[in-house]
Amino acid sequence: MGQYKMHLLVCGGTGCRASESARLVDVLGEELVKQGLEKDAQVVTTGCFGFCEKGPIVKIIPDNTFYVHVMPEDAAEIVAEHVLKGRRVARLLYQDPNSGETIEDSKHMGFYQKQLRIALRNCGFIDPECIDEYIARDGYAALGKVLTEYTPEQAIDILKKSGLRGRGGAGFPTGIKWEIAAKNAADQKYVICNADEGDPGAFMDRSISEGDPHSVLEAMAINGYCIGANKGFIYIRAEYPLAIQRLEIAIRQAREYGLLGTGILGSDFDFDVELRYGAGAFVCGEETALIHSMEGERGEPTVKPPFPAESGYLGKPSNVNNVETFANVPVIYLKGPEWFASIGNERSKGTKVFALAGKINNVGLIEVPMGITLREVIYEIGGGIKDGKKFKAVQTGGPSGGCLTEKHLDTPIDFDNLLASGSMMGSGGMIVMDEDDCMPAVAKYYLEFTVEESCGKCAPCRVGNKRLHETLEKICEGKGTEADLDYLRNLSSVIKDTSLCGLGQTSPNPVLSTLDNFWDEYVAHVTTRTCPSGRCKALLHYSIDTEKCTGCTACVRVCSTAAITGEKRQPHVIHQDKCIHCGACFDKCKFAAINVQ
Amino acid sequence: MNKIKSLDDLRRMKQAVESGIDIREKGDVPEEKIVQIRVAMATCGIAAGARDTMNALIEKVNKDNIHAVITQGGCMGYCYAEPTVEVRVPGKEPVVFGDVDTKKAAEIIDKYVKDGELVEGIIPMNFQSINQ
Ligand SMILES: Cc1cc2nc3c(=O)[nH]c(=O)nc-3n(C[C@H](O)[C@H](O)[C@H](O)COP(=O)(O)O)c2cc1C
Ligand code: FES
Repeated sequence: MGQYKMHLLVCGGTGCRASESARLVDVLGEELVKQGLEKDAQVVTTGCFGFCEKGPIVKIIPDNTFYVHVMPEDAAEIVAEHVLKGRRVARLLYQDPNSGETIEDSKHMGFYQKQLRIALRNCGFIDPECIDEYIARDGYAALGKVLTEYTPEQAIDILKKSGLRGRGGAGFPTGIKWEIAAKNAADQKYVICNADEGDPGAFMDRSISEGDPHSVLEAMAINGYCIGANKGFIYIRAEYPLAIQRLEIAIRQAREYGLLGTGILGSDFDFDVELRYGAGAFVCGEETALIHSMEGERGEPTVKPPFPAESGYLGKPSNVNNVETFANVPVIYLKGPEWFASIGNERSKGTKVFALAGKINNVGLIEVPMGITLREVIYEIGGGIKDGKKFKAVQTGGPSGGCLTEKHLDTPIDFDNLLASGSMMGSGGMIVMDEDDCMPAVAKYYLEFTVEESCGKCAPCRVGNKRLHETLEKICEGKGTEADLDYLRNLSSVIKDTSLCGLGQTSPNPVLSTLDNFWDEYVAHVTTRTCPSGRCKALLHYSIDTEKCTGCTACVRVCSTAAITGEKRQPHVIHQDKCIHCGACFDKCKFAAINVQ
Repeated sequence: MNKIKSLDDLRRMKQAVESGIDIREKGDVPEEKIVQIRVAMATCGIAAGARDTMNALIEKVNKDNIHAVITQGGCMGYCYAEPTVEVRVPGKEPVVFGDVDTKKAAEIIDKYVKDGELVEGIIPMNFQSINQ
């Protein structure tokens, strides 16, 4: 690697790739050559910066200039102005959504200021296809340290002391999981990395696999040493082609360097990793279903126990961890368990990556210390609610989670508090909703997903969720009754109690938590048959303001059900029994004489 | 490609490659903890040899292992004294030096950055500086 005065880091994550960042890399390179600057500046393709919505992102080092929405056409100007003359291209700078100021140095962006990047430490920093850059960042040093300084028991102890808990959903203490797998004697054991990531909207595992694949490989090798396994699998969804490609390159490079293979770093420890592809069924992210799918069986969950740590892949003890969990591991060994345990709060240590989405100004991937409040995440990192609207709720934990409301804004976010609030950490999806969102409709949306993804093996989940969905549909169409609300609640608890796997055991959560937090909204739907946020079309009530109506008959002509009558030049009337709430009259009226409620 | 056969091999490997991303590591250091040097690189500066000055500074900083980040800036308005270099040592007011050729660049590092001694050629500041 040569010495360059300037590095142009171009995001090569899936988000930015989708808007031509790969071509941008080429064009920037060509421009440097054209302007005779190829020895001064280097173009580096990195992983995701987390700011995908504003992509393609280009960050210029060493001055930390953060350019957003950079197109190949902008390359010449960046090179001529910034690289050659040191003048920032103002029109490409990020603008603070609230103050409207342009921000020159990414260290001063609200989006990054409150973040603490451990799992994402190398994303947007190194070239994920270059093992040397990973090594330059102390890559594989943790593996070296563990292999030369610790026995497996000591290494597991360190992990236990760190307090790391699984980032894939349930938050099980990782050190204890490793210990159980280590204690189960067998001739063969396996390490499995869960990169199935099925939560709608979540993309932290994808970003880590794309942006820092070696950290996952290194952690898996450490895991192998600790539990006595010499074979690892990464179960990754086939819909993640870029992550697959980066992992394949990383595996090849690690083998070439002898960091995977036999006798790693002069020890007598052998370890290798292989990829296995999932077909994208949500339930295949559940560890027992995942293992069955790897075995070539149907991707259906089975009852635990036995846990994978006792009997996993091919009946052998297997340790399953999530991508983000693994990405935390090497740093813990390098900086020490005390350091890790000093971040976060009482029972949740370290950080968590969240995918911030919905009605929020800064959509993206963020990593924050456990114990941060929702208010900090939404208003400081997220830049507040879009269009100055009012915050209503945030759904965490995806389809298995629940919603948090205004009263939770100052609750520290951690595994236990989220559970106590009727939601869960899940994989880290965070969907922000504003005053225009209808909560029964939100619950219906999640149930739609669950019904689609239920594997159908057990009746409570297969049939129960379908009934929940139907009932919610009825309510949103204005045909629900008060008895339906009790029915929702009862059925939900039955499904939770009797389902076979985590999918059914959590799928009613969105229903229960919206019932708890937005009871009035449900009641409005079934009693006065109104939708307070005006989302449920069927519940909209159209009427004509007789003061404003000029009797022009324009509405009569667009009404497909002949629900509007009246004399020419006289105020008209909408007959509610015939109205299908299509909104055509509303759109047509030039005098704003149609009221919607 | 050579195999990495031991932890020592790995350490040597790291040493060999870490300079390649050093500039990125420094970009992440909070401003109050690192020496910031900015070379004016507008047309006038480049014509007066700012490019050589910048290269000399980078070389010097690397050779002497100085914790500094060197950036290039636009014209500072001292065209009569190009190349100009602005130096901000943590805890001190920024200082602008004029007519910095490669020799003077080394002198600035040796005397001003390392020992806090002032070097001839300081331009009185009447202009905006780094981070303001
Ligand atoms: C329906 C369902 C889907 C799941 N999907 C995922 C997933 O996509 N990724 C994941 O890491 N864990 C998922 N899990 C959790 C896994 O079963 C398992 O707990 C996890 O991979 C363990 O890793 P951890 O301890 O590192 O979190 C899912 C669980 C359920 C019940
Ligand atoms: S993909 Fe570029 S910032 Fe996320």
